[in-house]
Parts: sequence; structure tokens; C-alpha cells
Amino acid sequence: MADISTQDMLPIGDWVNKVIHFMLDHNAGAFDAIGNTIDWFATMVEFLLLGIPPLVMGAIFAAVGFWRLGWKFALFVCAALGLIWATGFWGQTIATLALTLSATCVSLLLGVPVGIWCARNKLVGMLVRPVLDFMQTMPAFVYLIPAAMFFGLGRVPGILATVVFAVPPAVRLTSLGIRMVNKEQVEAGHAFGCTSWQLLFKVQLPIALPSIMAGVNQTIMMALSMVIIASMVGAGGLGNDVLASIQRLDVGLGFESGLAVVLLAIILDRITESFGHTPTTRAAEQGS
Amino acid sequence: MQSAKIVVKNLYKVFGGKSADVMRMLKSGEHKDDIFKKTGSVVGVNDVSFAVEEGEIFVLMGLSGSGKSTLIRLINRLMDPTDGQIILDGQDITKFNYKQLVELRRRDMSMVFQSFALMPHRSVLDNAAFGLEISGVDRKTREARGMEVLEQVGLAPFAHKYPHELSGGMQQRVGLVRALAVNPSLMLMDEAFSALDPLKRAEMQDILLDLQREQRRTIFFVSHDLEEALRIGTRIAIMEGGRLVQVGTPQQIIENPADDYVRNFFKSVDTSRYLQAKDLIEVANPPHAGRPGLHVPPSCSLPDVLQQLLGQSEPLQVRDDQGQCLGLITPSSVLSKISQHRLQSTATH
Repeated sequence: MADISTQDMLPIGDWVNKVIHFMLDHNAGAFDAIGNTIDWFATMVEFLLLGIPPLVMGAIFAAVGFWRLGWKFALFVCAALGLIWATGFWGQTIATLALTLSATCVSLLLGVPVGIWCARNKLVGMLVRPVLDFMQTMPAFVYLIPAAMFFGLGRVPGILATVVFAVPPAVRLTSLGIRMVNKEQVEAGHAFGCTSWQLLFKVQLPIALPSIMAGVNQTIMMALSMVIIASMVGAGGLGNDVLASIQRLDVGLGFESGLAVVLLAIILDRITESFGHTPTTRAAEQGS
Repeated sequence: MQSAKIVVKNLYKVFGGKSADVMRMLKSGEHKDDIFKKTGSVVGVNDVSFAVEEGEIFVLMGLSGSGKSTLIRLINRLMDPTDGQIILDGQDITKFNYKQLVELRRRDMSMVFQSFALMPHRSVLDNAAFGLEISGVDRKTREARGMEVLEQVGLAPFAHKYPHELSGGMQQRVGLVRALAVNPSLMLMDEAFSALDPLKRAEMQDILLDLQREQRRTIFFVSHDLEEALRIGTRIAIMEGGRLVQVGTPQQIIENPADDYVRNFFKSVDTSRYLQAKDLIEVANPPHAGRPGLHVPPSCSLPDVLQQLLGQSEPLQVRDDQGQCLGLITPSSVLSKISQHRLQSTATH
């Protein structure tokens, strides 16, 4: 009698392999073009950020922190960045920041328009939803490998895998924000003669802004957590140190590099979150 | 001579698909409840016809679910009618395409909403100028116009505040300003004052009446509050279950309610307060008409009539614009009319 548990009755895996190989054989040019564009963009971002001296960068972060959240947070930013600099992880932290920002830009460029489309078209919304579930829950290692097969090792597959993971909140919260706009506010837009575009840019998006900003915040946090894992395909940054600490069983190194990730995460989270609470968007939350 | 601003002819709105079937069933005389059972479609507006005159405040009254909110949205095509005609200034707007519709809404009409529906991210002034901004008016012109109308309703000092910093009454004044700023010939007001407390509501009604005195516009006003309708309405239409039950002036509706549904609206309202001199006449076309004596116009309110009548032994004459005597009012005619109305409203309790 055949062993049922090993019998491959539905060979989905084989099909996926065939599709991947077919795409590799026939669309290499397209992948190269995408890869080169993203590589160029990410290199630019990293070059620019690394070009800023640590003190100037620290001052910029502290100033933004002071502007958005007050002197207490500015003080925390100074202490946190000082700690990262003193432990010798400055360069890697900035590289991680650059990766995160690049991946976030790509994610928002894709996610916000798709979110708008989902909110305006029920069918699209219905089709996109399971795709988002898939992207968020499929274990990251599973698509890291094909990403590396398509784009080679380095920054590009890392950023693309990160985008897969970080796009869903941008789509979901953009779509949610637009759908939550009060029915009479939309009617008011129509009643005063808005065209479809005017309705979007003068009514729906501004009123949905707090929700969209929450999506941006979530996207950044997801991206940051993913670029660490993406070091497995050679994305670089703090992930390299985390990976090295695992390979060498160096708990101390792991803690230091992990701490840099956490501090960077807190700074990015608090600052981006504050942009969802400007005086005018607070009014939107009250739903006036 | 007044002319009709809007003429609505045999208007229908069916929700929930199968509209062709539903229309056939309606025209063969089936009841909307049976249609709902058979098709699952809801008939929101059912064969409604009426005309709104230029410059009047036409109040559409009905309980919730009567279809009045649907009807007002058909008039600016926020909803598309299933069948029938809406003729605005001689043009059938049910035939308009998207582009014509956008033009129409920018040029000829505006709307005030129950929930105010202001834009929270815009200052009061930017809200006031919203309609003008949408039609592409430059910033300087639209802000000047916005300020002008804000001043009319006493909101100029708040121009740079945000809606959430204002009280409900003030927010709705901004809603009114936004609608007035585009200088529309037709204003749609959907339960515009219903969310306000009674004092603020009366204040807003006064503002609206004052604005009408300055510049007459045609106003289509939806309300569920009879006192409001009697106070501001030139004419009142009463809607029930998607149909119009009665259309008339406040006096006509008070004097001759079409059915119990209409009569029920008066339950808690002392209709005698809305009596006018012409309703109180005892002897019509009296023989000694035209002689000198105290007289009042036909639209004179009850309190004013009572004041004139106090301490008079002579009956009060009711004279029209041409000085023609329409009839006489005596203390006993006033008393009998008032008691008649009081009894009516207590009898229905």
C-alpha cells in the first residue's frame, strides 16, 4: 500500500518551479531593468545618507524630533544615536536606514495607488485582499530565494522581498481611510461639482490622511524588520551583524546590533506616527 | 407672475436592481410592499409630481423612510432616477451626461447637509470657498467672496479657525455659507437644521429668512419638523411611503389636512399659532365693506390680530393690497377658531 502522506497528489510545488524557471528563461531582460532601476535608486539613497556626517545627521534627527514631539524626545534621539555611534554601528545603521527608506518609497509608490483603487472599486478590493493576506503571511524565506534567483544576490532582492512584506499595510490603511470618509462629505464633494479627481484630491485623500499616515508608519516598521532578514541575500546593513552573531554564536554582538535596530525603530516610529496627528487631522479623527 | 423653477413629473426611484420589472409592476398598479416581497427591490420614490416656484421655500416633509432624502438627492442627481423627468429652468436634467451634470452642480445649485459635511482639513474660509475652488475660481476672488458671505452670517472673525473649533450651530452656518458662496439659483437643504438644538434651530431659521429677504432664491428644504415647515415654508409638501400626500401653503395644510398621516403631524403642534387674519374672518364680504376703521392685512399673525382687537367694540377689517375689504374679524370669531384648533390637536392625542 502506498504511503498517503508522501504521495504528491497535487504537485503545486512542481508547477511553481516550472513557472519560475519559465520566467527566468524568458523575461530576464525585464527583471534586469527592474533590478537596475531599484539598485540605482537604493545606491543613491545610501550614498546621500552616508554623505552626511554623523553629527549633522544626529542634529537633523534631533531637530525633527523636537519639532514633532518636543525636547524630551529630542533628548532621547541624541542619546540613542550617540549610543549607536559609540558601539560602532553607525555605518551599518545608516545603511539599514537607507534600505528601509528605499523599500518604503517603493512600497508606498505601489501601495497607495492600489489602496485608492481598492476603495473605489469593490471588485478590485475583493481580488486584492487575499493577495495581501498571501504577501503578509507567506514565510519570508520562501520568497527571498526566488527573489535572489531573479535578481542575483545583493540589495535588490532584499528590497523587493521587503516590499512584498511592507506593501500590505499601505494598501489596507489607504483603502480603509478612503472608505471611512463620511458619506455626506463625499456627497458634498459631488454636490458642489467635483470631478472624480477633484473628489479624490480635495475630499477623500485629505480626510483619509490620518489613516494613510498610519499606513506609512506601519510600512516603515514592517520594512525595517524585513531588511534585517534580507541580509541573508546580501542586502547589507545591520542585518549582516545580526547574521554574523548567529553564525558565530556571539550573543554580545547580536545584542549590540539588535539594540541599534530597536533604537532606530523607535525613532522612526514616533516621528512618522506624529505626522498622523497634525491639528487638522486631529479634527478628522473627531469626525466633524 | 411666478414661474416654475423645478417641475418634477412622474418621478420614480427603485433601489436594488430589476428596475424594469419593478416599473412594469408599479405601472400595473401593484403595491410597493408586494413588489418588495416578490423582487426584493425597494421603491424609494413612487410616481411623484410637483412644481417648485421661483423664489419660494418649498419644504418637503415626511417621517424617516418616507423617501424625502432620496427625493432631494434625485434633484441634484446624487442619485439617478429610475424613471420620470426633472425639469430645471426648462431643461430635463435626467438626460444630462456627466459633464453637463458637473457644470450644473457648479453653476446652478448647492446643498446643505444634516451632518454639516464640512471638510475638517480646511479652515472656515477654505470651506466657505470650496464650491468656488472646485469650479476653478482663483484664490483671491474666491476668498473675497467667502469673506463677504461669512460676514453676512457673522462668522468673519472665525474665518481662519477650523470646523472642529466651532459649535454645531456655527458649523452649520459655515455649511450655509459654503452653499451661498457659489451664488446658486437653487439651494437644496437636507434636514439642514435637524441636528441642532431647538434654540439654535430657530436662530438658523431666522438667518435663512433674513437671507431670503435680502436676495430671494429658490430653496428646496427637507425636514421632519412641522413647526419648522410652518415657520419657513412658502409651501409644504408631505410625503409618505415614497408618494406625495399633499402639497399646499401652511394654511391650506392646517385647514384641510388630506388624511390621518398629515393630521398626525399636528399632534404635538398648536396649529392655532399659525392662524392668520384671513383664517379668522367671520363675515366674508360684509355689506358695509369699504368704510373707515381698523384694518389688518390678510397675512397678519394671530398675536397681532389679538392686539388690534383688544379693547375694540368695532370688528376688525381684513384688507388686501388694493384696500379691498375681504371680511371682518370679531372677538367671537377669533375665539371659536382658536378653540376649534385646540380641540383638534388634543383630540388626536
